[in-house]
Amino acid sequence: MAAEIYLNVAVSGVLTGLVYGLMAVGLSVIFGVVRVVNFAHGEMMTIAMYLAIVLFNGFGLDPLAMVVPLAAVLFALGYAMQAGIINPFITRPEHSQFILLVAIALVIVNVLLIVFGPDAHNVQTAYSFDSFLVGPLIIDATKAYVGAATVAITAALFGFFRLAPLGKAIRACADNYIGALVVGLNVKRLYALTFGLGAACVGAAGSMLVLLVDVTPALGPALTLLAFIIVITGGLGSMPGAVLGGVLIGVTEAMAGLFFTPSAKSMFSFALLVLVLLFRPQGILGTRPS
Amino acid sequence: MIPITTNSAGLTRRAFAAGAGAAGLLAVTGTPFNSVRAQGGPLKVGVLLPRSGAQAGIGQDCQRGVELAPAILRELSLPELAIMNADTETNVEVARARAEKLINEGAQLLVGAFDSGQSTAIAQVAEQKGIPFVINIAAAPQITEQGYKFVFRNFPTAGMILSDAFANQKELFEATGVAPKSVVFMHVNDTFGTSMQQGINAVMPRFNMPYQIVEQIAYDPTARDLSVEVAKAKATGAQALLMVSRLNDAILITRELVKQRWSPMAVLSMGPGWYEDQYLKTLGKLSDGPISFVPWYDPHKRLSKQLDAALAKAYPGINMNTNHVFTFEALLVAADAYKRARSTDPKALADAIRTTNITDNVSIGPGIQFNDKGQNDKLKNAAIQNRGGKLLTIAPKEASNAKPELPMSAYDRRG
Amino acid sequence: MMARLLDGVPRRGLGLLAGLLAVLLAAPWVANDYVLTILIIVLYSTYTGQAWNVLMGFAGQLSLGHAIYVGLGGYAAAALYVHFGVAPWLGLAAAVAIAAACGAVIGFLAFRFGVGGVYFAILTIAFAEFARIGFDHFRWVGASSGFFLPVANYTRNDLWNLRGDPTMFYYVMLALTVAAFTLCHVLLKSRVGYYWLAIREDEVAARSLGIDTFRYKMYAIVLSGGMTAVAGAFFAFYYNNLFPEQVFHISRSIELILGPIIGGIGTLFGPLVGALLLTGLSEAMQELLTALGLDAPGAKQVFYGLCLLVVVMALPGGVWPWLAGKLGVTGPRS
Repeated sequence: MAAEIYLNVAVSGVLTGLVYGLMAVGLSVIFGVVRVVNFAHGEMMTIAMYLAIVLFNGFGLDPLAMVVPLAAVLFALGYAMQAGIINPFITRPEHSQFILLVAIALVIVNVLLIVFGPDAHNVQTAYSFDSFLVGPLIIDATKAYVGAATVAITAALFGFFRLAPLGKAIRACADNYIGALVVGLNVKRLYALTFGLGAACVGAAGSMLVLLVDVTPALGPALTLLAFIIVITGGLGSMPGAVLGGVLIGVTEAMAGLFFTPSAKSMFSFALLVLVLLFRPQGILGTRPS
Repeated sequence: MIPITTNSAGLTRRAFAAGAGAAGLLAVTGTPFNSVRAQGGPLKVGVLLPRSGAQAGIGQDCQRGVELAPAILRELSLPELAIMNADTETNVEVARARAEKLINEGAQLLVGAFDSGQSTAIAQVAEQKGIPFVINIAAAPQITEQGYKFVFRNFPTAGMILSDAFANQKELFEATGVAPKSVVFMHVNDTFGTSMQQGINAVMPRFNMPYQIVEQIAYDPTARDLSVEVAKAKATGAQALLMVSRLNDAILITRELVKQRWSPMAVLSMGPGWYEDQYLKTLGKLSDGPISFVPWYDPHKRLSKQLDAALAKAYPGINMNTNHVFTFEALLVAADAYKRARSTDPKALADAIRTTNITDNVSIGPGIQFNDKGQNDKLKNAAIQNRGGKLLTIAPKEASNAKPELPMSAYDRRG
Repeated sequence: MMARLLDGVPRRGLGLLAGLLAVLLAAPWVANDYVLTILIIVLYSTYTGQAWNVLMGFAGQLSLGHAIYVGLGGYAAAALYVHFGVAPWLGLAAAVAIAAACGAVIGFLAFRFGVGGVYFAILTIAFAEFARIGFDHFRWVGASSGFFLPVANYTRNDLWNLRGDPTMFYYVMLALTVAAFTLCHVLLKSRVGYYWLAIREDEVAARSLGIDTFRYKMYAIVLSGGMTAVAGAFFAFYYNNLFPEQVFHISRSIELILGPIIGGIGTLFGPLVGALLLTGLSEAMQELLTALGLDAPGAKQVFYGLCLLVVVMALPGGVWPWLAGKLGVTGPRS
């Protein structure tokens, strides 16, 4: 096979991986700070995707323009979920949390099924079929736009966590819960804010993913699993890690599909996950928990 | 406690049997007119379809065939059917449980279930209980190779679909003088796709096709992004695309073909997806061209036209397709057997089904008959092509209503 | 020995247990086939829940990929039967061995490298998914188009080959469930049981006391996997078909654990109560919806999820401990 094929596929893998990376950043924030096993992460993303579809099909609003509003909506949803339902479960054993979120996920998936039906829905914009010719490369236009938007949002997020006082407070919480309490931070509120932020990432990612992927209610659980794989591979609590993990998984799967039989390409992601769990459980960019 | 349900129509089994017995007695001793009403009322038919879960869309489409049936059956002077709907939830275990429940509630015949796995589970229950089961849609060959006496399938097996596909392709190549020399075979890696892939290796050599399969690419049914698969296919340099896919993959693949700037000479699909309403609606002008080799209705048959008209009235804008046709025909088989058996006794019904010979039907071929394995091996499959949002039958010649268009027009030249 | 087994169980509890057993034994005479099918599902869920409970409730390791053992057991027994004519009771040996080996591998990799908690759970999911995709391509057992066992119109029950009517399967499942209960009860009262309890409560403390935590966690996972494989073999011979997409799917793993969690982790009767509750709820919802004329597919699962939420929020220890309190049958570790 000619070299361009590999290059094309790799570029495509990187661009798609960036979006998944943004989704994983949301989980990294939630899992890393609030320590909640958010098994409804992918389902929340499908809510954002369906909202984007309603806005597009109903009002003609391009999903790329809806990134910020949808992020805000999901922020509110996440905040409410954490403050209202999840908070008491933080100190409970993991399996309790897990069941709570599985139940929430089950409700979300099936409500979406009742409202939208089981058929795939998608968004077809004017540029849905475009591609750029860059030398020997054919780059999917939509993926390029989405990739650029993701980079911008992720950079903004990093800036927030590094520079804004609220961001630093949240990181403090993650690093040392007791210390944060001692210092007088309102941990409960910070948790809710963090969950909201994680959900906002999901909202933004979902708004963009809907341009690349068709949504069905069943997509939720698949995205949840993918998010966990990326976060663990990239490094828990490390946002650059989540993005890196996303890109890595995106490229690995794409190349695996090219070299081997595509129907088995997910096996490589799982194999990668197992290797990471065994040999570097903190992930590629993560830090060992204290 | 677990609720024990009684017959939801309000008639207990005993009362029904007594009524049927009395009516049967009357028919034997009585009137010269063998009014089917005298046989004890409508036949209870349990219809099992995936109404929720991954296959829900298809299940709901099949249901349209169920809803159109009563009026048409009445017009054909066939006895009435009392339909009991059940949802298999696209799950093998649920399918089995629902089948048992329907039989318990008095179903005298079962119809279903679109999916091979679920149909197998239901077939076992039916065989064990001795209740006839008429399969509307399921292509796995094994189902009618088990030696069952109560399971009947009016739908082609994967092998039959493949044979007809190759035969029809040759007919099309000869008619247009266009034939690809190389194809890449892409298939979804699920029950149906794998059955077809295994079948191809057995069936294709018999047909001396003008092309070689240069590569076989299997992809995951839940794949969200098929760009790698299409890139791989394009890289083989094959002239045409041979496909077995589902609806979502068909749309995804078409989009990738456009984005990666590859217009194959032909898209030859041997399965669902490329002709479905959602495909046509979503892709508009980009949906023209693909040829699907599928079990289909014969547009020249009287009953086809009647069913089509009824569908157009009840659901305007929906093209008649395999789901409607074969679900309707399953009920047609049930009603016809009931008329000839004149009894709701399952063994009598099964024997009646075995001797079915319906020539006034919808699907292509001499009609509905079953061989000793319970399979209708006389079914013929058609080749249909998408054109302007409509589906035209281009092969076999005796069932066609349009000329084929080969090669397919390039994607970037469609305004 | 019976006395030792029954030691510590309150009289009232014994009475209730005997009553329950009697009802279960008599069920096929009074219930129709549909109810029997439901009961088989309840017992199957109880059994697999109990097997999972050994790993989670007793040894404290959360496995979210338990479907892998069901699948391995089922495929092993089925393949031996279809390809070599080996009866399921003999095929069980292979099924259990393979699943136990798989458990040992997962356990070794996880416990040696210190993978615990949620990471362990994700590891188990990864293995199950790996198996699912792997079997999707495994031609010898049908790959993704499924593996079918031959069936026929049964005129008599063949217990040796597990071919027969629902009543036969019901008794087989009942026997398996009772065996699982007895085994778990015995284990709980033994030294192994107390070591497990210690590990579950505080692994570091247990280790500092000199308990070889690695070895006992390995026992737990191997036993849990092996027990689950038996259920897998039953599954294969009861349903007569196996599809990797169904059998290894993550939703199966999740269904498997809902019962014991709702019922009460680490308790003996938790899985049974959970299975009864969930299956009962599920059927009741179905009836309610049909009665109300609501035909929204998915509505049942929404109610189901909401009920789960309520139970998890209001009864964190599970339903059985609360119920046992009401019935006045709390024992030392029932």
